Amino acid sequence: MNVSHGDVGRVDTFPKLLLENARVRGDRPAIREKDYGIWQTFTWHQAADQVRALAMGLKAAGFAKGDRLGIVGDNRPRLYWSMVAAQALGGVPVPVYQDAVAEEMRYVLDHAEVRFVIVENQEQVDKVLEIKDALPKLETIVYSDPRGLRHYAQPFLKSYAAVQEEGRAAVAAHPGAYEAVVAEGKGSDLAIMLYTSGTTGRAKGVMLSFDNLIITARNGIEREGLTDKEEIMAYLPMAWVGDNLFSFAQSYVGGFCVSCPESSETVMQDMREIGPTYFFAPPRIFENILTTVMIRMEDAAAVKRWMFRKFMEVAKRVGAKILDRTPVPLVDALLYRLGDLLVYGPLRNVLGFSRLKLAYTAGEAIGPDIFDFYRSLGINVKQLYGSTEAAVFITIQPNGEVKPDTVGTPAKDVEIKIADSGEVLFRSPGVFMSYYKNDEATRETKTADGWVKTGDAGFFDESGHLKIIDRAKDVGKLTTGAMFAPKYIENKLKFFPYIREAVAFGDTRDYVAVFVNIDLEAVGNWAERRGIAYSGYTDLAGQADVYALVQECVEKVNTDLAQDPHLAGSQIHRFLILHKELDADDGELTRTRKVRRGTVAEKYGTLIAALYSDRDRCEIQAEVTFEDGRKGSIRADIAIRDVKTVAMAPEPMRKAG
Amino acid sequence: MERLRQIGDVILHVDNISLSFGGVKALSDVSFSVREHEILAIIGPNGAGKSSMLNCINGFYHPQEGTITFKGQTRKQMQTHEAAAQGIARTFQNIALFRGMSTLDNIMTGRNLKMNVNFLLQGLYFGPARNEEMEHRAFVERIIDFLEIEAIRKTPVGRLPYGLQKRVELGRALAAEPTLLLLDEPMAGMNIEEKQDMCRFILDVNDEFGTTIVLIEHDMSVVMDISDRVVVLDYGSKIGEGTPDEVRANQDVIDAYLGVGH
Repeated sequence: MNVSHGDVGRVDTFPKLLLENARVRGDRPAIREKDYGIWQTFTWHQAADQVRALAMGLKAAGFAKGDRLGIVGDNRPRLYWSMVAAQALGGVPVPVYQDAVAEEMRYVLDHAEVRFVIVENQEQVDKVLEIKDALPKLETIVYSDPRGLRHYAQPFLKSYAAVQEEGRAAVAAHPGAYEAVVAEGKGSDLAIMLYTSGTTGRAKGVMLSFDNLIITARNGIEREGLTDKEEIMAYLPMAWVGDNLFSFAQSYVGGFCVSCPESSETVMQDMREIGPTYFFAPPRIFENILTTVMIRMEDAAAVKRWMFRKFMEVAKRVGAKILDRTPVPLVDALLYRLGDLLVYGPLRNVLGFSRLKLAYTAGEAIGPDIFDFYRSLGINVKQLYGSTEAAVFITIQPNGEVKPDTVGTPAKDVEIKIADSGEVLFRSPGVFMSYYKNDEATRETKTADGWVKTGDAGFFDESGHLKIIDRAKDVGKLTTGAMFAPKYIENKLKFFPYIREAVAFGDTRDYVAVFVNIDLEAVGNWAERRGIAYSGYTDLAGQADVYALVQECVEKVNTDLAQDPHLAGSQIHRFLILHKELDADDGELTRTRKVRRGTVAEKYGTLIAALYSDRDRCEIQAEVTFEDGRKGSIRADIAIRDVKTVAMAPEPMRKAG
Repeated sequence: MERLRQIGDVILHVDNISLSFGGVKALSDVSFSVREHEILAIIGPNGAGKSSMLNCINGFYHPQEGTITFKGQTRKQMQTHEAAAQGIARTFQNIALFRGMSTLDNIMTGRNLKMNVNFLLQGLYFGPARNEEMEHRAFVERIIDFLEIEAIRKTPVGRLPYGLQKRVELGRALAAEPTLLLLDEPMAGMNIEEKQDMCRFILDVNDEFGTTIVLIEHDMSVVMDISDRVVVLDYGSKIGEGTPDEVRANQDVIDAYLGVGH
């Protein structure tokens, strides 16, 4: 790894890092964008020139120290440069989600008291113009792409090129002025404000310093052994802390190149062309890619399908072990080699993962099957746990110790402790300065001695890995005193293809019991293959064979839970399969398919009562809304099953962070 | 919105055109003019002769009577390739693309008239042919960017949804850098969102390149929104002409659309 950034004390801001990179690796690529079908590369040297011109131009236009610069648009080199230009002048960039509706955008720009905005194109100009009257502090709008803006005569509209033009004149007139103003910045200065939408109330402006970002970025680079030869795609919103850290902070600290896709629809094609070595995607994207692969395999020729199936079996057996460098039988190792030649290699190539050294995922639980699929192909996907308030990294899965249900061990310099309530707290160099203009929220989240409350409940397993189980406020306790994390249990159930939805009960109860919705398609297929006849969902859900199938799944979950001393007490004792699918039309789910616990508990009170009695059947009449809006009711006699529980493992020592 | 290019002089003048197929009169005595940089819509019920009118303008049909004057050149008989060489490009009611070829290649075919190197060299992709192809490719990339179809650059056109195929067809017409663009029902069969996109692109083409546009369209709200002037045909005759508001108030037009007796 190149150690040119060694002098941490001196090179402590992004504008300084940019000048340093231009000096050390001036001719190496800094950022690329695909424009008119061709990848246009800018070297560190060119990037530094661009930023210098822009910064001096903004200064000439009146942008002063402490001013805030709103940034709206897709990932574009010019917008990344805008961030550095603002920082160079002692200002603060405030990236805004580009797909935000006008009102959300107004709130952020108003709250941050933005004086200047730089936007990508006409679409964003229109959006800002629409809310301009509600933004008394906003003075100047700078746009990058002039297309369609020729008729806009507003005097406060400026083109990016024109601002840079003025900047170049200023640079020529006062050489060294830019470098002098850059030298004034220091690591403890406010570097950026990122607005996060909390679960409740208005978005909060998280203030991060240069130290927060640069030290966290450097720690991540050191932990993973990244070099200045890495390639990363910047395709997630610039207003999100992850993009800021991966495709900006780490690129500047590590000196590696960032590529901006042509448009949001071309990301996968652009991935193939660039072949990134470092990649981040939320679980949803990994899931979508896997689905695409599976669908395309269904359409492939019989020979290919056969090869894919055979070699995926090998990969499933030994692929992840080989990736973790655990010894495997020689025959399997050879078969895996062959598979790599015939299947895994070509597949990685199609996905643009050929050169991938490291991929992260985070945000929500990833299904173990999905996770294992990528790892078995030899793609080093790892989970991390982070937040905006931490400048991303809190924990990362270490190489060779990747488990699907934990988020890994604390990142470098991060301390973690678990509160008595089960809530995870952390302290690190990345801990944010405060929320902008919201001291109350800052006090609620950050203690006087620097610990930050995550709002998530979790614990360390026996090997020191953090396990996040649920939002802290949803975690309850059984009457036995055992911890009860409904979402954790439900997710475990939902990872089985046969189970579409699950609702767990247990808070202040004697044991855990669940409602299950089967997946009509998956269970229907399964039933057809076995020659089980059924007329519809209600009929299928009531079949004894289906109950046996679900019971198997539930027992597997119990076995899993028993492995975990913290959760062994919350094994599922009884379950039933609902006679109808939970539906948003009936108010049982939200439109984004999250269970409304309150409504379900109220509507199915008799069923819950039966779960906590010794009855093995219960009759229910439930109201349903049909697709055409008519209302009707379904009567059913629902069976309730007891489930085997597994003996608890002995309580281990709790590890300190 | 204020227009960048003021509507100029008459660029196309259609004078007393009559066209018949055997005993069927498709057009009788139709006259109108199109001015530079304007968007003119031709509307009318089914079978009114709208497509025949476009076919006359780009030289596909030869009217028995009347003349067409384009850029000061009057003609009676003209071949389609001559029309193309003069700067007239068009799209079709039913998409006429090469379905097995990619979006990029389809739009490249629109550059055909601009290529000077002989086809043998082109086939060998050698010397000047290579440079020329690169120039044309760069131009096509601008169109792809303009129409926001980067994501389907290499997709065979036959696999694309209908709305996108229409956009590719527009791209191919634009590749010829036309002065006059004829659009035959550019929005037929589209959903509301695709229609809005297409309207935007038509206005942008007119605005950005100053292209004069003659279009046929059934969707009245679209016609009234984007066109500067409207010509109404019914049973092969012109029954109205004017700004959208004038046409909307024209009793003959209302009758034609509501089907009052003839």
